[in-house]
Amino acid sequence: METTTLIWLIPLPPLLAFFLIVLFTNRSKALSHTIAVGAAALSFIGSMIVFVRALGVEHLGEHPFESAINWLPTGDTWFRIGVLIDPLGAAVLFFVAITIFMIFLYSVGYHNYGQPAGDHDVKGLPPHGATVTDEHGHKHVVPSVEPMYSRFFAFLGLFAFGMYTLVVSDNLLTLFVGWEIMGLCSYLLIGFWYGKPSARDAAVKAFMTTRVGDVFMLLGIAFLYSATGTLTFREIFTEETLHALASTPAWFGMTASGLIALLLFIGTVGKSAQWPLHVWLPDAMEGPTPVSAMIHAATMVSAGVYAVIRMFPLLTADWNGHELTTTMTIVAFIGAFTALFAATIAVAQNDIKRVLAYSTISQLGYMIAALGIGAYVAAAFHLITHAFFKALLFLGSGSVIHGMEHGVLHTGNHHVDPQDMYNMGGLRKKMPITFWTFLIGGFALSGFPLVTAGFWSKDEILADAFGHGHLAVFVTLAIAAFLTAFYTMRQITLTFLGEPRTEEAKHAQETPWTMTTPLIVLAFFAVTYGWVGISEHFPILGGLVPNWFHDFVGHTLAEVPEAPEFSWIPLLTSLVVALGGLALGYLTYRNVKSVSEDKFQIPLLKNKYYFDEAYNFLFIRPAYWFAENVVYKFLDKGVIDGFLHAFGPFTQGTGSALRNYFDLPVINRAIGDGSAEITYWFGGKLRGIQTGRVQQYLMLALVTFIVIGAALYFFVFAA
Amino acid sequence: MVPLSWYLIFAAALFSIGMFGVLSRRNAVAILLGIELMLNSVNINLAAFWRYGDVHLMAGQVFAIIVFAVAAAEVAVGLALVISVYRSRRTVVADEIDMMKW
Repeated sequence: METTTLIWLIPLPPLLAFFLIVLFTNRSKALSHTIAVGAAALSFIGSMIVFVRALGVEHLGEHPFESAINWLPTGDTWFRIGVLIDPLGAAVLFFVAITIFMIFLYSVGYHNYGQPAGDHDVKGLPPHGATVTDEHGHKHVVPSVEPMYSRFFAFLGLFAFGMYTLVVSDNLLTLFVGWEIMGLCSYLLIGFWYGKPSARDAAVKAFMTTRVGDVFMLLGIAFLYSATGTLTFREIFTEETLHALASTPAWFGMTASGLIALLLFIGTVGKSAQWPLHVWLPDAMEGPTPVSAMIHAATMVSAGVYAVIRMFPLLTADWNGHELTTTMTIVAFIGAFTALFAATIAVAQNDIKRVLAYSTISQLGYMIAALGIGAYVAAAFHLITHAFFKALLFLGSGSVIHGMEHGVLHTGNHHVDPQDMYNMGGLRKKMPITFWTFLIGGFALSGFPLVTAGFWSKDEILADAFGHGHLAVFVTLAIAAFLTAFYTMRQITLTFLGEPRTEEAKHAQETPWTMTTPLIVLAFFAVTYGWVGISEHFPILGGLVPNWFHDFVGHTLAEVPEAPEFSWIPLLTSLVVALGGLALGYLTYRNVKSVSEDKFQIPLLKNKYYFDEAYNFLFIRPAYWFAENVVYKFLDKGVIDGFLHAFGPFTQGTGSALRNYFDLPVINRAIGDGSAEITYWFGGKLRGIQTGRVQQYLMLALVTFIVIGAALYFFVFAA
Repeated sequence: MVPLSWYLIFAAALFSIGMFGVLSRRNAVAILLGIELMLNSVNINLAAFWRYGDVHLMAGQVFAIIVFAVAAAEVAVGLALVISVYRSRRTVVADEIDMMKW
């Protein structure tokens, strides 16, 4: 098959799966998950074929796979949509396909496929377990299958469609369509257990918060379209267009390109949960764990960073290569600030998934900061390695929670939160596969030197920041990296090491193969993917393996970015912060028995710097007040109802006035009755001449004839 | 040759006599006679104008013949009506035949 045709087809199987499940197979759990996983596998195979073919093309950056059709007539020209796979697209497609496929597979196990239906399970709530009797007559409580199993796979399919659409798009509009489809799906999936009020709130919060960013992004798209007349990437990223945009002044001392890039970036701030729109992502943990992995690794948040990487030529259009532009400064600041800010919060969280959520925010901040200082390849590299190890960590945490839920079902004590790390401990013996893969993921996140992917990508960002002299960014990111290693080791220590702290942890159990297989596959990539991007200047190891990633993805841009010169300072820094953070994390938490011994339960951090409260006070309550007093009481009750209430009597008055003073006297009386009366009167007068005598008629005719003839003669002919 | 005006004056006189008969006579049969006089005065006009105009154009004579035919038919119908009215109302006085009033 033609490669371009194949690219067109990649997003379609998950969409088809969505419709098939929704319309036909939702009653059959087996059929639904077969269709969904099969569709994910098809897209995966297609993506891999495209990726392999992309590897075989020389100068893919100049001659990418692209194909477009006329879509919307706009005046004399057409708005064209199409697909594009350039080196960046191929690299992103690679990790997206793998993670999506793994998450689909994992969901089968996570939702307890093959287990009996629950005793009291209802739709909209997590399954509570089922009682079974074995052959000896003993009763056991075992995990029960998710009541809305098919629906989950339908949503996942739609979500995957959105992500694939976003990745293969060759223009901002279809990218935005995929972006919004994911927004909808994230709302549906976070609120999947809609019976829980917290899940409902989290779904609304995620949707509303990302919407704030999306509005600005749409503004940016509209601005870009009005300025250039096109939204196709390869038409925008030409020398002339970028130069024209960069030399057009816009507001606030920014150029048009800078302002557009900033508006698009605000969309990313919402989607990738950067400060100050980060608040939705930790709450999104209310969704089932595969959803967390889907949103936090493979799809939505990566999509935000991907969009900035995609628009990188626009972001740097007016950059001279040394001093950062206004927009880039803002991007770098928000990224670096978010990286540090979220890392500090993560230290004080006890929910295993919330730690990872803040860690995600922090790591995304890393990538954004890298883009802000112009480190294009490093950002893309970290995006991909992060996607692998963060998906691994989320799926690992889901596996842990699943194992803990098993323990909870065993003891029957439902007051034990299976997500609280202080209820765990010592799980390494109960769940060895989960432990080892989680350890790999955690070390990759911390940047454990040399072996893990996270080290290479994080080191490259730090080296870039240092090499180009952005010391503030460098220091901020270094501290964030230290905190990352610290809270990661805290998490691993509390969860897996030591002795079980609760009865439930003692009875935790390893999860089925559908859950552990994705963990192993992702762990493989979390280690090896770093080796494709080892800088050539790295001592000893540099040059052993060619720096494939830099060569490949770097050629997406017209000018291949230079890798920074090697320096010992960033390397030593990343070694020290990673190892130091890990060691300190282990030493601090190895003997902690309960939450009261945790020295980092600082209220400020525990409460996430009171951002939720602040937003509640600043935006939500004023919005409620506005809705109640202005919109409801004033506008609706006062103005609109007042107008309506005035309008009714007014029309009634006008109507009766018209009836009394116009319709009755004029129409009815004068015209209606009057015409009849006049006719009657004339009839009465004229009927006298109707005598029935022929000779009188003739006489009358003669007289009339003479009179008319005389009149004609005198007034017409003689005149 | 006699001038055309003589014929016209004669026809006008005949028409006037006929019209006077129609308007003044009480007998319905006499009214019909008056109508015949008026029709024949028209025929005189038609014949006179033919003779004094282009004799090769026969329209005047043809028209006169049509008028004869119509007059004959009219008399036939008119007399039949008069007889029919006489049978039902025992009168032929026009003023007394006034059923067609309001």
